[in-house]
Amino acid sequence: MKPRLVALLAIASLTPALAQSPPRDQLTIGITQYPATLHPNIESMAAKSYVLGFARRPLTVYDQDWALTCMGCDTLPSLDNGMAQRETTPDGRPGIRVTWRLREDLRWGDGRPVSAEDLLFAWQAGRDFSTGFGGSEFYRSAYEAIVVDPRSITLRFDRVTFEYASAGDWQPLPAHVERARWEQEPRSYRSRSAYETEPTNPALWNGPYRVIQVQPGAGITLERNDTWAGPAPAFRRIAIRTVESTTALEAQLLAGQLDMIAGELGLPLDQATALERRVGARFRIGYKPGLIYEHLDVNHDTPLLADRRVRQALVMAIDRAQIVSRLFDGRQVLAHGNVNPLDWVYDQSIRQWPHDPARARALLEEAGWRPGPDGIRRNQAGERLTIELMTTAGNRSREAVQQVIQGMWRQAGIEARIRNEPPRVLFGETLSKRRFTGAVMFAWISAPESVPRTTLHSDEIPTAERNWSGQNYTGFRNAEMDALLEAIPIELDREKRRALWQRLQAIYAEELPAIPLWFRADAHVWPRWLDGVRPTGHLAPSSLWVTDWAVR
Amino acid sequence: MIRLLAARLVQIAVTMAILSFAMFLLIGLMPGDPIDLAIAGDPRLTAEDAARLRALHGLDQPLLARYAAWAGGLLEGRFGHSRLFAQPVADIIAPALVSTLVLLGGALLLAGGIGIALGLLAAARPRLAPAVDAIAILGQSAPSFWLGILLIILFAVTLGWLPAGGMSETGGLDSLRFLVLPVATLAIANLAAYARHSAAAVGLTLREPWITAARARGNGEARVLLRHAFPNAAVPVLQVAALDAGALVGGALITETLFARPGMGKLIYDAVMGNDTNLALVALLLVALVTMLATLAADLAQRALDPRLRDA
Repeated sequence: MKPRLVALLAIASLTPALAQSPPRDQLTIGITQYPATLHPNIESMAAKSYVLGFARRPLTVYDQDWALTCMGCDTLPSLDNGMAQRETTPDGRPGIRVTWRLREDLRWGDGRPVSAEDLLFAWQAGRDFSTGFGGSEFYRSAYEAIVVDPRSITLRFDRVTFEYASAGDWQPLPAHVERARWEQEPRSYRSRSAYETEPTNPALWNGPYRVIQVQPGAGITLERNDTWAGPAPAFRRIAIRTVESTTALEAQLLAGQLDMIAGELGLPLDQATALERRVGARFRIGYKPGLIYEHLDVNHDTPLLADRRVRQALVMAIDRAQIVSRLFDGRQVLAHGNVNPLDWVYDQSIRQWPHDPARARALLEEAGWRPGPDGIRRNQAGERLTIELMTTAGNRSREAVQQVIQGMWRQAGIEARIRNEPPRVLFGETLSKRRFTGAVMFAWISAPESVPRTTLHSDEIPTAERNWSGQNYTGFRNAEMDALLEAIPIELDREKRRALWQRLQAIYAEELPAIPLWFRADAHVWPRWLDGVRPTGHLAPSSLWVTDWAVR
Repeated sequence: MIRLLAARLVQIAVTMAILSFAMFLLIGLMPGDPIDLAIAGDPRLTAEDAARLRALHGLDQPLLARYAAWAGGLLEGRFGHSRLFAQPVADIIAPALVSTLVLLGGALLLAGGIGIALGLLAAARPRLAPAVDAIAILGQSAPSFWLGILLIILFAVTLGWLPAGGMSETGGLDSLRFLVLPVATLAIANLAAYARHSAAAVGLTLREPWITAARARGNGEARVLLRHAFPNAAVPVLQVAALDAGALVGGALITETLFARPGMGKLIYDAVMGNDTNLALVALLLVALVTMLATLAADLAQRALDPRLRDA
C-alpha cells in the first residue's frame, strides 16, 4: 500500500466508525478472490475451497495438526483395520483396495442421505476424461469402484502409496441432481452442472451451511443447512464478500462492513502488520506459517548456474534472516529446504545456509569468478557474473525482496538484472516453457507430506514433447533424487519413509535445485468477539471447521 | 440523412469484422494459453491431462480455424461459453453490463449536469471562470483510486454514513447508498471535460451578434443563455458525451475494483488476463459497437442541432 494511503487509513482508524455493530447471527467475511466455479471437482482454486469448506464435507482431509482425518467418512481406512487390503491387479501389479464408509448422518440439503451412489457417480465422471475434471491421476489409478452397501464404496487402485487412505479431490456429488446432466453430454457437463446453473439448490450442499445467494463477482451468502446433523454452527448466516483490492478490503473492515478477513485470501503480511499496529485493539490478528514455499528457481541449464558452488554462493550472499526481520516483521519462517518445519518428515539436522558473504566470495573464487574493475566478477573468458532475476510484476512484497537481494548479491560481485513479468506471462509461458535464464522468485503451495515429484524428478522437466507439463522448471537432474521420489510414495512404513525423506532433504540442501527463502505466513484478521478459528497452514481452509467457531 | 446513416452502418459493420479478427488474433497470440496456466497452478496435471484439456477446449486447433468457428457461431447468435465462469457469455455479461450502466450512467449524468452548469456559470460570469477552472483541474488531476480512498475514509470509515463498497444485499433504495461514493468518484473525475468544453463553447457563442440581438429583443440573461446560446454551443459537449458512451459499457476498472462492484471493466480485465477468449471478445466488441453507434448518434444529433452541417 502506498505510504500516503497508509497514513490516511491510520488517521481514519483513530476515529471510531459510527457504523453499528452487525448482529451476531451473521458473520461477514472478506476475501480477495471470487470463485470461478462452485463445482467441487472442477478446477482447484483457493476461493472455491474456502466457500465450499462451509457448505460441503470432503471424505478425508488434512486437519489443523496436519494429520489425515475423516470428515465425510466414519473411519479412516487402514491396513490395520482391514478397510484397506493389499492385492494384485488383474495385470499382475501390486495394488490395493480401499473402502470408505460414509457417515450415517451426512445428508444433502434436500434431506437425501449422501450415499455410495454419489461417490460412484463422482468416480465415473472423473474416470471419463472428457468430463474435464482437472487432475486425473487419482481416477487413472482407481480402476474399479464397487458399491458395497448404501454407505460404503471400495476403490481398487493399481498402485500402493502411503496416501492410500486419502480420497483427495474425489468428493461425493449428488447423483440424483447431477447424473442425468452428465450422462446427457459429458463434454459440456461442466457448463450444465447444477453447481453452475442453480447453485442455490439445497441438494448440492451437505455441510453445515448451504448457498442461498450468489452475486457473481461480489459475494456468496450461506445459511445454516437444516439437514446438517453435526454440531450446530454459531451463525445463522455467513456472507462472503469479494474485495479484490486489499486497500478497499481494509477500508471495508474498518468501516464495519466486514467482520473478518480470511487469511487464506486476505491481506498481505506487511499490510496486516501495519493494521495490527494501528487497530490491534479492535481486531485479533493471527499469523499462520504454512506450506507456501517462497524460493528462487534457478535454471540449471545455464552454465554458470549449473555449478553447485555458484548456487551455494548465491544463497549465502543473501541475508534471509534480515529480510524476514525487516520486511516481514519476523513473521515468515526461514526455509532451509522445501520441507516445512511443521511437517512431520522435516529433518532438523539438514544443512543450513546462514548469511556468510566471505564464504560466498570464496566459493565464487573457487568456481573461477574473479572481481572485475567494476566489482562484478568475471570468468576466464571475460564473461560477467550476471543473473537475470525475475518475479511476478506488481507483487510489491516480492519486488521489495528482489531489490534487497540485488543489493546483497552486488556486494558479493554478482550482478542481478531485474526483469519482471505479469503472473500470466511468467507462469503461463516463461516458467512453464523454461524461457528464463537466471532465477525466478515465486512460491509453491502443497499439502502435508507432499512428495515433490513434479518439481524435482528429471522426468518432470517441461518439454514440448510432454505438452509442457511438469514443474521441474529448474531442469534439476539427480539420479538418487529420482530414485527417492519413486521410493517415498510406495513406502508405507513411516519410519522407513522418514529416513528416505531425510535423504531427500539432505540432497536438496546440498545441491540446491532452488534457493530456499522462507515459508509464507497468512495473516488472519478476526473480530475480538470471535473464537475458535484455527487456520491450517495448508490447502485445507479453516472454513471446514466452522462448527468450532463461536461468539465470545 | 438516410444515405449517411446507411453508409455509416456499413462502415461500422466492416470495422467490427476487422476488429473482431484483430482482437481474436491478439488474444490468441498472448503468451500462455489457459492450459499452460492450469499446469502452473496444479502440480497433478500430467502431459496426458494437458493434451486432453487442450482438445476439450479446442485449443489444439489452428488459430484461424478457431476464429472461423467462433465468428460463425457469433453470426448465428451463439456467443459461446466463458471458460473462466463456465456459463454462457451472455449470462455473464448481462448483470455486469447492468451494474456498469447504473454506475457509469449515474456518474456521467452527474458529471454532465454539474459540468455543464459550471461551464455555463463560467461563461456567463467570467470572473468566476478561474474558480470553475480550478474545480475542473482538481477533479481531472485527482486519480480516481486516490479520490475514491479519500471518500471511503471520510464517509465510510470515519463518519460511517455510507458503505465503503460492495453491493446491497437487500436491493431497492438501499442500493442507492452503495452507489453514492463510486458515482461521486467517477463524476468528479469526469465533470472537468464537460465544464471546460461547455464554458469555452458558450463563451464564444455569447459573443455572436445574434446573441446581442436576442438581448436587444428584451430576453432575460437566463433565457439568452439557456435557450439561445447553449443549444448552439452544444456540439462539442455532444462529442464528449459520445466518447464517454464507450465507457458506459467499457466500465471503470479502478473504480469497480476499489468499490468491489462487479462490472464490465473488471470483467474485461479478468477475461483478457484469464485467457477467456469468448468472454473477452464479446465484451470488447460490445464496447467498440456502442462507441461507434454513440458517435453516429452524436453526428446525427449535431446535424439536427446545426443545419449548416446537414450539407457537409
